[in-house]
Amino acid sequence: MDKAQLDAKFSELYRAHLRDVYSYAYYRVGNHHDAEDLTEQTFLQAYRHFERALAESNGRPLRPWLIRIAHNLAANLYRDRSRKPQTHIDDTTTLSATHTTEDLVEGRDELARILEGVKQLPDDRREALIMRFALGMDNREIARAMGRTDGATKVLIHRAIKQLEGIVAVEA
Amino acid sequence: MSEAIPNPEFESLLLRALQPVDPPERLSERLEQTLTELTDLAAEELDSWELSSMRDPRNWVRPVVAAGVGATAGTALVILRVRAKNKRHRSNSTDILELAERTLKDVADEARHLLDR
Repeated sequence: MDKAQLDAKFSELYRAHLRDVYSYAYYRVGNHHDAEDLTEQTFLQAYRHFERALAESNGRPLRPWLIRIAHNLAANLYRDRSRKPQTHIDDTTTLSATHTTEDLVEGRDELARILEGVKQLPDDRREALIMRFALGMDNREIARAMGRTDGATKVLIHRAIKQLEGIVAVEA
Repeated sequence: MSEAIPNPEFESLLLRALQPVDPPERLSERLEQTLTELTDLAAEELDSWELSSMRDPRNWVRPVVAAGVGATAGTALVILRVRAKNKRHRSNSTDILELAERTLKDVADEARHLLDR
């Protein structure tokens, strides 16, 4: 594959998954500023290693690989800062920016409680839920992104949901 | 999708709470510009270069950067950022050697900045 073909393929990947990477980054780091940086760095890293990733993917989707890059960069971000996100997910902004009027009228409090609960989950459980619900990834994709088996991922998601249900019930 | 989810009602709430977030327009524009430029910038820098240009120190930064760090995303970022700074320096510089010195310092600073990220 020549450089032009490679660039065209990368361009497709970028267009198809910019929103996925940004959504993951936003829910992972909790603010738009860091989410933008994380998204930018993710695609720049992806570009550098794209040829190899494409060759090793054997035709499988590259979204898990992209999300894994974002995951590693986010982990580095926290390690560098030696702490959790500087600001928590801004529920007001997120709700108004991503939800319909109907959603807001019917269940703003409930959705806010869920977002608050998601923040309280351990990192791996929170990430699994972000991938499942914000990005619509299936178990196999999530397993590849997290470097786990399909079975372990299924258990992880199950436990994440049960824990979140418990948190939300207490807060209600 | 429902294999690991015991409560469909709660799943529906989760779907509504964790809706995808659209990236800001400025991010898309910035990223697309960077990605577009980095696909061919370093090669262009070297291919289109004429030796006669090397007589002018104001032009030294371009081949130095393009040849020095290879055609990677980092390269493109260094070039883009140094170009922008170079443009600003040109308008402020009266001495050509001072401009060259500042430009080379910018290259080193930008490369270091990228390595630190």
